[in-house]
Amino acid sequence: MTEAPLYGLMAEFDNPTDLVQACKASYAAGYRRMDAYSPYPLEEAADAIGFHKTRVPLVVLCGGLLGGTFAYLLQYWINVISYPLNIGGRPLHSWPAFIVPTFELTILFAGIAAVVGMLGLNGLPQPYHPVFNNPRFSAATKDRFFLCIEAADPQFDRIQTQRFMESFNPRDVSEVAD
Amino acid sequence: METSPESNATPVLERLLPDQPAVLGPGHTMGTITDKITAIVLRRPMTLGWLGGFIIAFSLLNLMMLAIGYLFFKGVGIWGIDIPVGWGFAIVNFVWWIGIGHAGTLISAILLLLKQNWRNSINRFAEAMTLFAVACAGIFPLIHTGRPWLAYWLFPYPSSMGVWPQFRSPLVWDVFAVSTYATISALFWFIGLIPDLATFRDQAKNPWAKRIYGLLSMGWRGSARHWKRYETAYLLLAGLATPLVLSVHTVVSFDFAIAIVPGWHTTIFPPYFVAGAIYSGFAMVLVLAIPIRKFYGVEDMITIRHLDNSAKVMLATGLIVAYGYSMEAFFAYYSGNFWERFMFLNRSTGPMSWAYVLLILCNILIPQALWIRKVRQTPWMLFLASVVVLVGMWLERFVIIVVSLSRDYLPSSWGTFTATRWDYAILAGTVGLFFTAMLLFVRVMPSITIFEMRTMLPESKVQEEVAAHD
Repeated sequence: MTEAPLYGLMAEFDNPTDLVQACKASYAAGYRRMDAYSPYPLEEAADAIGFHKTRVPLVVLCGGLLGGTFAYLLQYWINVISYPLNIGGRPLHSWPAFIVPTFELTILFAGIAAVVGMLGLNGLPQPYHPVFNNPRFSAATKDRFFLCIEAADPQFDRIQTQRFMESFNPRDVSEVAD
Repeated sequence: METSPESNATPVLERLLPDQPAVLGPGHTMGTITDKITAIVLRRPMTLGWLGGFIIAFSLLNLMMLAIGYLFFKGVGIWGIDIPVGWGFAIVNFVWWIGIGHAGTLISAILLLLKQNWRNSINRFAEAMTLFAVACAGIFPLIHTGRPWLAYWLFPYPSSMGVWPQFRSPLVWDVFAVSTYATISALFWFIGLIPDLATFRDQAKNPWAKRIYGLLSMGWRGSARHWKRYETAYLLLAGLATPLVLSVHTVVSFDFAIAIVPGWHTTIFPPYFVAGAIYSGFAMVLVLAIPIRKFYGVEDMITIRHLDNSAKVMLATGLIVAYGYSMEAFFAYYSGNFWERFMFLNRSTGPMSWAYVLLILCNILIPQALWIRKVRQTPWMLFLASVVVLVGMWLERFVIIVVSLSRDYLPSSWGTFTATRWDYAILAGTVGLFFTAMLLFVRVMPSITIFEMRTMLPESKVQEEVAAHD
């Protein structure tokens, strides 16, 4: 039988505790190229595989600052430089009136940055991913928990890693084709 | 080498009073929650009740299209507006609909930040409600302009005329407030849907459904790294949407409060508009939740506790609204301002006092029944109370806008207002648009957040290491 290129090995668990313990053990054993999959946010799993910080907040901050600055400068340029209008004798640069659009565009840009930043950093949309080749993986969006150690990990060994993963007492360990 | 387990991993025990209903019915597992919510869309055949509701709503929507078509053909003269009442139903409906949207954002953003877990089963359809309510609201500023095909003039863009918007006007602020609100609501709603759409993708049997949900879920696979960024982004979006809950209706109230018309020029307007918005919004949440839980058999997910809590929010915001009304009366008396006093007398005893009396009845007197637990916990009573509040809040905007405009400073310029059939057609039509969209939503999207419901189960928590090995 010709061997298809291997993406990694995947262990299936039926509760979050086993998954997190498996993640911790794998991290302790020196594996780094791995990912945990759960049907709801499981912060412990991200911590266990050594993923502690995201850059999403930074992206959002930049978005908000950009939006606010853009809105204020736009209003200043329009109402003071490009198209000055005398409205009830108020100063051209009547900054209190400019606060509302500045605030709104800060929120708008920050919100768009949060969404685009999250999707972008996650590499989504991504229609194809090898983990979907495992037919059992469809339960990852229902009630099962998966740990996948990738073949690209320098420590990965087809036999050793499988034995290692089986020591966690998973429901199943299977190959994931690339 | 490894960080210690997070302290938030400990199971959160809910403290229930002896006779307090639970947030989630007993006997659920992650599997049953998933099956139950996906079955509403993927397995359940279309029922006659749904079809009947859809036909009614869709007919009303077509009535709206007809009314708007005729409006574009003839102009705003087909409405009851005239001088001095230049703002009629269009602005009343706009303020009413945009207010209704607020509860969805409050539930999804503020209650998330306050860690009110009970919100998890009502937030998704409440967000959809926000989106559709804002869509209904958004129609009115466009069509009331007289030349709606030039509505894009409101946005600052480098036009060949060299003309720019005037940023000292609250009407321009409103453009920014409402368009930001619509965009953020849509993003919040869609981001919240992605993991559940992935569940739909994996549960769907129909290859087309699989493909469409697959496309919409963007290849979501529940990776721990993705979840971490997702949770961060979701929390930040909630934090960003929170000031929007307070600011959108504040800016809407500026449309009035910045003007000098008696009855509009009041400092109490921003907080009282926001409270009124949440009041009517929760009423609409209940009007939707009560039939949804009944017809789709999700009474164990949207429980009496949710109805009770929403009713309490309604009661509290209703009292703030009542405070707003009494302050208006107090200002009229205490300011010693002739015009303010006349405005109040005209409202309460003038030719359109029927609206004010009904408003007090619907918004203040009848909702006091919500103090009684039996009313809060009996779905049909609560449904009726919510409909009454929705009517009351519409009347509030009618009183503020139409009655204030009809009699201002100069008796020689007084007038009155009579709505035409086209006014009613468009109001009924937006109700049709709203319910058409809601009915389609519950048939094609998860109306209850599946992944957040899973986190409410005790089995979703990571056990402490010691306990796990026993």
